[in-house]
Amino acid sequence: MEVVKILDVKGLSCPMPIIRTKKEMDTLFAGEVLEVHVTDKGALSDIPAWANAGGHTVLEHREESDVIKFFIQKG
Amino acid sequence: MTATKMTAAQVARKVIENKELFIIDVRNQDAFEDWKIEGHNFNYLNVPYFELLDGVEEILPKIPANQDVLVLCAKEGSSVFVANMIAETRQDVYYLEGGMKSWSTYLEPIKVGDLSSGGELYQFVRLGKGCLSYMVISEGEAAIIDAVRFTDVFINFAKEKNVTIKHVFDTHLHADHISGGRQIAELTGATYYLPPKDAEEVTFEFTSLEDNLKVQIGASQLEVGALYSPGHTIGSTSFIVDEKYLLTGDILFIDSIGRPDLAGKAEDWVGDLRETLYKRYRELAKDLIVLPAHFMIIDELNEDGTVAKPLSELFNANHGLNISDEEEFRKTVTEQLPPQPNAYQQIRQVNMGKITPDDEEQTEMEIGPNRCAVR
Repeated sequence: MEVVKILDVKGLSCPMPIIRTKKEMDTLFAGEVLEVHVTDKGALSDIPAWANAGGHTVLEHREESDVIKFFIQKG
Repeated sequence: MTATKMTAAQVARKVIENKELFIIDVRNQDAFEDWKIEGHNFNYLNVPYFELLDGVEEILPKIPANQDVLVLCAKEGSSVFVANMIAETRQDVYYLEGGMKSWSTYLEPIKVGDLSSGGELYQFVRLGKGCLSYMVISEGEAAIIDAVRFTDVFINFAKEKNVTIKHVFDTHLHADHISGGRQIAELTGATYYLPPKDAEEVTFEFTSLEDNLKVQIGASQLEVGALYSPGHTIGSTSFIVDEKYLLTGDILFIDSIGRPDLAGKAEDWVGDLRETLYKRYRELAKDLIVLPAHFMIIDELNEDGTVAKPLSELFNANHGLNISDEEEFRKTVTEQLPPQPNAYQQIRQVNMGKITPDDEEQTEMEIGPNRCAVR
């Protein structure tokens, strides 16, 4: 899995992590992977739901201490 | 047009007064279906905020022009974001201050009735979670039963009423919400009582709540008496207040009965539950007013917002009190159970003093409905 970009939205709360993720996603090509670092717990359910609705795929997510890392492939 | 905040207290008034409200819930569909703000005259539109990042045009036609409109989310941020977009395009709109988090913690104190010797009984209705706490007041003294964890609400209320909190009871070791009982007792010097059979693993000092214990509130004869009534837990204890009210804890609700499985012992405790509901309670005066520790649905609220019904009425109408076949009863309370409350095992540990989460973690544990009943 090759990550094209890393987006750091740690410390931001709803709705900012998703707004920033969407903005970043818009600059990617289909198939490319964005890595997102987020601390807001709401993202755990919101990012997969947002990705799903937008046709993107969450390839993986990891919880490392307080940081949640998402790997999202553009659809 | 502007987006204005609405507090949980204002929403609570709308629930109790049966006002109309159009709620735009911008949380995930799952979160909305699991748990929302219930009101008799509330209408809902659930659309996650992340589907509205490019604008709100598509939902505008669904928003009524002649009703108050409230946008809400989990914490607040996303509802402000969406409410501002709606306000820009057309109408005045509110957002819920603090989101569902704040709704989950709001308590509305409502007077249930007068007691002898000028005493009063208050019910603290936690609308967002369905928890009910009680304060008995008489002649400068107070007793609290099943306090939730917002200790300042009870302590400030007692100050307002100019009474000293003397006794703090928990009817049982709660599994759906974190008790404020122990902390209130520590802060006020009151005595904290727990049923010993529920408290075998607790890590702190408490006074044993025994069957038939009687405490007097104030100088005259206003009495709070304990009645051992196991089944939801093995220690579950009810209270009779002033020979007029029956506080049932999580054993008997208005339209349902307690579930016996939250401590993992449904099969063991089903007999106790049966005995309590079909024998011990039947020996009591039928005109006692039942005051439970929970409500499940908004229909259980009376017109003044209280949750209270005569025992006789429950014997007639509550399905859980009218299952004559013991085997069918056993099946009902052990096999047809709803999902367990969020984080119930952790919550029990908190109430035993085994873990001490911070405020935010406590809020997180208590998210969602209480689910202590079986219908």
